[in-house]
Amino acid sequence: MRRRAIIGVRLLDPGSGLDAPGGVVIEDERIADFGPHLHAARLEDADVVDGRGACLAPGLVDIRVQLGEPGAEHKETYASGTAAAAAGGVTSFACLPNTAPPIDDPAMVEFVARRARQLKRAKVYPYGAITRGCAGRDLAELALLREAGAVGFTDGDRALADSLVMRRAMAYASVIDGPIIQHPEDPALAEGGVMNEGEVATRLGLAGIPAQAEVIMIERDLRLVELTGCRYHVARISTGAAVEAVRRAKASGLPVTAEAAPHHFALNELEVEGYRTFAKTSPPLRTEDDRRAVVAGLADGTIDVIASDHCPQDQDSKRLPFAQAEFGVVGLETLLPISLQLVHDGVMSLLAVLDRLTCTPADLLGLEAGRLRKGAPADLILFDPEAPWKIREEDLRSLSKNTPFDGRLVQGKVLCTLVDGRTIYDDGRLAPADQAR
Amino acid sequence: MRSADRSVRRLPPVGGRRIVAAMAVSELPGTFGHRHLLGIEGLQPFEIQHLLDRADSYVEIGRQADKKLAILRGRTQINLFFESSTRTRTSFELAGKRLSADVVNMSVGSSSIKKGETLIDTAMTLNAMHPDVLVARHQDSGAVALLARHVNCAVINAGDGSHEHPTQALLDALTIRRRKGRIEGLTIAICGDVMHSRVARSNILLLTAMGARVRLVAPRTLLPAAVERYGVEVHHEMKSGLKDADIVMMLRLQTERMQGSFVPSVREYFHLFGLTYAKLEAARPDALIMHPGPMNRGVEIAGDVADDINRSAILDQVELGVAVRMACLETLTRELRAAA
Repeated sequence: MRRRAIIGVRLLDPGSGLDAPGGVVIEDERIADFGPHLHAARLEDADVVDGRGACLAPGLVDIRVQLGEPGAEHKETYASGTAAAAAGGVTSFACLPNTAPPIDDPAMVEFVARRARQLKRAKVYPYGAITRGCAGRDLAELALLREAGAVGFTDGDRALADSLVMRRAMAYASVIDGPIIQHPEDPALAEGGVMNEGEVATRLGLAGIPAQAEVIMIERDLRLVELTGCRYHVARISTGAAVEAVRRAKASGLPVTAEAAPHHFALNELEVEGYRTFAKTSPPLRTEDDRRAVVAGLADGTIDVIASDHCPQDQDSKRLPFAQAEFGVVGLETLLPISLQLVHDGVMSLLAVLDRLTCTPADLLGLEAGRLRKGAPADLILFDPEAPWKIREEDLRSLSKNTPFDGRLVQGKVLCTLVDGRTIYDDGRLAPADQAR
Repeated sequence: MRSADRSVRRLPPVGGRRIVAAMAVSELPGTFGHRHLLGIEGLQPFEIQHLLDRADSYVEIGRQADKKLAILRGRTQINLFFESSTRTRTSFELAGKRLSADVVNMSVGSSSIKKGETLIDTAMTLNAMHPDVLVARHQDSGAVALLARHVNCAVINAGDGSHEHPTQALLDALTIRRRKGRIEGLTIAICGDVMHSRVARSNILLLTAMGARVRLVAPRTLLPAAVERYGVEVHHEMKSGLKDADIVMMLRLQTERMQGSFVPSVREYFHLFGLTYAKLEAARPDALIMHPGPMNRGVEIAGDVADDINRSAILDQVELGVAVRMACLETLTRELRAAA
């Protein structure tokens, strides 16, 4: 049996509220022990590493990641995506089914699981499509997808707009117990829109997507949640009205959860000035009032989860006139530092931010991750919440460099990432795929 | 001494043939300060004033038998139009030729897009041919600015999507100034499809900057969001919108940019917003009618109103367009010529 120990760290476990100095012992792939009582003198039989006061927390769980494989391998592969995840401290992530071909068939779920296993980096959990081809008409084989390992159901970047199909999907999924995850945007209202509707869009002469497109879709879905009792999750919420709708639904006891992406709580629509296509996201960056409402929603728990909404786009998809450019930003490697801004701004505690990044998303998808617990897989990160650095697109490990945060000065750096007790990222160095120690 | 001051002095008489009326032109404190003309946004009132004064000085030249100046001799001007255009392209072509530039027209339509060439590739290809001025029109907002980032010459925006069409706003302003003697204090009603109109955006920016009171008159479905924040009055019917207006500026209903139905029918649109003598009653008796063209008679304007030589300034606009474009070409190449 191989025993490793990391001592001299600040243990952070948002699930239990633990925030104390101590250490952790890893046996094989799992956490054998952790706590303030662990120090070098008691660990003579183990391989001991001194954490030198760094924070040790469960690895991040990112529940919204788009990869390019299969179909768009020039944008992101499993190899590049899991490398980016390792550098970003993400030890588990869920990937969207809107690939080509889409993950609407149990064989595709198994393909994803196999590709991720081969790489031995972050654990990759596929979503299954709600409808065949993510086309919004005929239900995919939800139960078979679930049995094959799909952790939830979504049509990816497409809203499921047909109310009848949504009602049936929710009714069916409620028995299988996989959450339905919606891209909250009324496609008819958003048709042709490329940025937030408002003064900036008017000045730039760009077609707008009104904030109402988001809340209308959520309000409709909430009625169907009432009807079916299905677990419903709102992907990357971007407007104040939508945050308020979710807040009310939670107060009335509906099984609803919501997530926000870093760009929606760190940036607003002014980023689009100069037709910056790297700031073209779906849903679009909104007004400053909306941004503040998303921050408030995160702080009061209305928004349960922070997810990167990682959406790689190559240069040829972005170096275009704004209306022609693709939507999306990469986010795996900037997830932690941008989220920690909420701590540095005094809006949320460190444990609260980690809660949105670890145990809550893990629980939402039923993953064995996101907590410091004896016997749990040793998926851990060491990070320095204060370390200053500059985000530079050329440093990203993602195949695509479409970050709106290029040049931004941030605080908070991942030092080391462990998956199943293996070090896959250490001090800027990535362990080679499938050979991690 | 800044280089542009020298070039301003170098400008006049070419070949000793005649005098360019450049005496009364307002001088800029230094250079023009802009490499490109991508929009009215970012121009200071004194810069607009300067361009208008310059243009004014070129009007007479277009009326002479010999219309040629040597200012851009040896310079290459490429007109790159991704969107079909007759009058704007012709106007820029004439302006360049009257200044002796070698003018090349490239009407791309969508053919090279179909061949898969990106806008940036097109820009870099043209740039390798060393043009001195690029005049570009594109169906996407911001596309001309994108083009400008990848070339080494001055770029003039001849219309990008629903964003800006700065030379149209300048020629409209010159028309108003010549007919009314001023812009400041005038009440100007811009009527019709504001949402899809780059002409409206450039005009709102220019006319409010020059001190006019601007009203927008349109059905709510054809007004962009938050437009009232641009310092304009918003009206939804012609009677109140045209009340005591000095200028009535009609916009074309841009059906080619519309997705779905913004107004129920052309008949209803004309009934409510088409400019007729009856609706014009509300405006001042000497109110001037303008239209950027091409007109849809019987849609946004009645034929008899458009043709009324006492009221309509539509043909003036076309004539002054050439002078304005000459002024823009000359101003943007000034430093280039000073350096030569």
